[in-house]
Amino acid sequence: MPKTETEIVVEDPTAPASDSPAVTTNRTADVVVSVLLLAFAALLAYDNWRTGLGWDSTGPQAGYFPFYLSVILAGACLWGIAKEFLARKAAAETFVTRDQLRRVLQVFVPTLLFCFLMQWLGLYVASFLLIAGFMVFVGRLAVWKSLLTAFLFSLIMFVTFEIAFDVIMPKGPLESLFGR
Amino acid sequence: MEAFGLLVYGFSVLLTWKILALMMVGLVLGIFVGVLPGLGGPNGVAILLPLTFTMDPTSAIVMLSCIYWGALFGGAITSILFNIPGEAWSVATTFDGYPMAQQGRAAEALTAAFTSSFIGSLVAVLLITFLAPGIASFALRFGPPEFFAVYLLTFCSFVGLGREEKHKTVISMALGLLLTGVGMDTVSGQLRMTFGFDDLLRGINFLVAVIGLFGISEIMLTMEERLALRGHAAKISLRVVLKVWKEMPRYWVTLLRSSAIGCWLGITPGGAIAASFMSYNLAKRFSKDKESFGKGRIEGVFAPETAAHASGTSALLPMLALGIPGSGTAAILLGGLMVWGLNPGPLLFVEHKGFVWGLIASMYLGNVVGLVLVLTTVPLFAAVLRVPFSAIAPMIVVSCAIGAYAIQNAMFDIWLMLLFGVVGYVFKKIGIPLAPFTLALVLGNRAEDSFRLSMIGSGGDMRVFWSNGLVGSITTLALVLLFWPLLAGGFARLGRLVKDRKGPA
Repeated sequence: MPKTETEIVVEDPTAPASDSPAVTTNRTADVVVSVLLLAFAALLAYDNWRTGLGWDSTGPQAGYFPFYLSVILAGACLWGIAKEFLARKAAAETFVTRDQLRRVLQVFVPTLLFCFLMQWLGLYVASFLLIAGFMVFVGRLAVWKSLLTAFLFSLIMFVTFEIAFDVIMPKGPLESLFGR
Repeated sequence: MEAFGLLVYGFSVLLTWKILALMMVGLVLGIFVGVLPGLGGPNGVAILLPLTFTMDPTSAIVMLSCIYWGALFGGAITSILFNIPGEAWSVATTFDGYPMAQQGRAAEALTAAFTSSFIGSLVAVLLITFLAPGIASFALRFGPPEFFAVYLLTFCSFVGLGREEKHKTVISMALGLLLTGVGMDTVSGQLRMTFGFDDLLRGINFLVAVIGLFGISEIMLTMEERLALRGHAAKISLRVVLKVWKEMPRYWVTLLRSSAIGCWLGITPGGAIAASFMSYNLAKRFSKDKESFGKGRIEGVFAPETAAHASGTSALLPMLALGIPGSGTAAILLGGLMVWGLNPGPLLFVEHKGFVWGLIASMYLGNVVGLVLVLTTVPLFAAVLRVPFSAIAPMIVVSCAIGAYAIQNAMFDIWLMLLFGVVGYVFKKIGIPLAPFTLALVLGNRAEDSFRLSMIGSGGDMRVFWSNGLVGSITTLALVLLFWPLLAGGFARLGRLVKDRKGPA
């Protein structure tokens, strides 16, 4: 019997509270998604109808296959919506709580910024900023640790992709300074 | 034994230092993603795919499949030590694995999990070795109608046999199939569903979608959970390993049954999740001592792990032989094959012998090396969990972005990846399954092509799908599976009706 049992403990200081109020229910989200997909299906069906859904000398036209798929998609969405409205379940499950939404935005917004910045600063500088910023502001980790990790990771990525594997990424002013 | 000779040939392709090194790298990376919270097989393979773009196909697929084996092994570590299933199919492993860790038998549980995974995979690989060539050569006779019927069968069985709500599976599948149609039509060269956007001309790249669906969305899903964790650390000593291995033959029935369940559910798109639960429950039902299950019984670790891995491995059988992936991860691997211009399916066995047999040989070797690797390095990987998620999350985001951009060097793909990330997040939360979506995205073009080719061949007559015994029975089976829930319900009612009528008489 091994006697080397030690516990591993990881804390999560900004964890979402379990009693956080719900932003919306699964049922609402379900209906919203179904309606959006229904609109999307209608749009695609229209486009495929315009492309042509009949038959010509080469067999079915380009719009034939996707047109019927959009009909199937629309049908499934309508079915889902009808089901939600007919089912009279009182207790609906929570889709997302306020705390959870906050956490999700904490990762989504920086990612969005990262994608914007990448176009001007290049991928590697943007990734340094993303990792360092995220670790400091969201993870509340020590600044030096964050900067070092971000620098090392970006550097390793740069060496791996740009130099070793010749995969070309968006580059900005810093890279051109090094003549790459 | 033709397969045996080819297998030896496969090993000869494999045994170069470069490929062996890549295997090790793949396994380590795989265990890494398997251990990390919120990442697992499909995510790991999706995120790490871009690493392999510049390699030759054989090295690349060997590395990718090793990432997959590694992730499968890694999932067991978190289930047993932390009670956190890395994957849905490791849920059943926690039932007995975690209690064992609590009792100080973590090393035993881990050894049991790894060894039984190994056995499950081995059985599945043996199945692939001897069955796949036969199926492939049979499928060489397939024409477009047969292929369309097989695709239809795959889609229908997802709808009919899946556990999710039927309309949600249909939504997921129809959406996936529609998105593959975007861009230039391969038959007529016409543009469709592009709405004048030049970026859409190329169509929606499968891998970009997958990186968003599995990588970005997974980060968001993980973030909204409480990430604090506590668990046991374990060190596996040789003595424990030998002890477990000595006990193992006693459970041969469980191991064999679980392997069989896993292989069957892996080939049909039932999946590893169902397999692991089913074999756990069966092991419990057939046990003399039912009460001890859930309290740290080693058999309760053997059963689900064997089944999950047998199923995860055998999912590659239809992918190799027919070009139809049996699971989400297999679908991503298939997408990878297409990047290298390899067309998965029966012709692969004829045209790229070295590749196919190299891959099959790598399954044997990867599993052996993987087993040794996990047994010796568990403490190291368990320590990975000490790294805070707020350091890992942005790194994964960066890796995803690199991957999405590298495929076509397009900024548009980065935005598309983000969009798919949000879609994946919402879909997962409201219970729209992502596996049919992935499958539809990877098979969509070929399904449409085979449909149109059969229509051209028959002059628009739908009866072509019943034109001979083979295609007719596949099509009929597909329709039966599609309406299976209805049929099963009908039979049950009929049965009751007959009983009622007999009852009073």
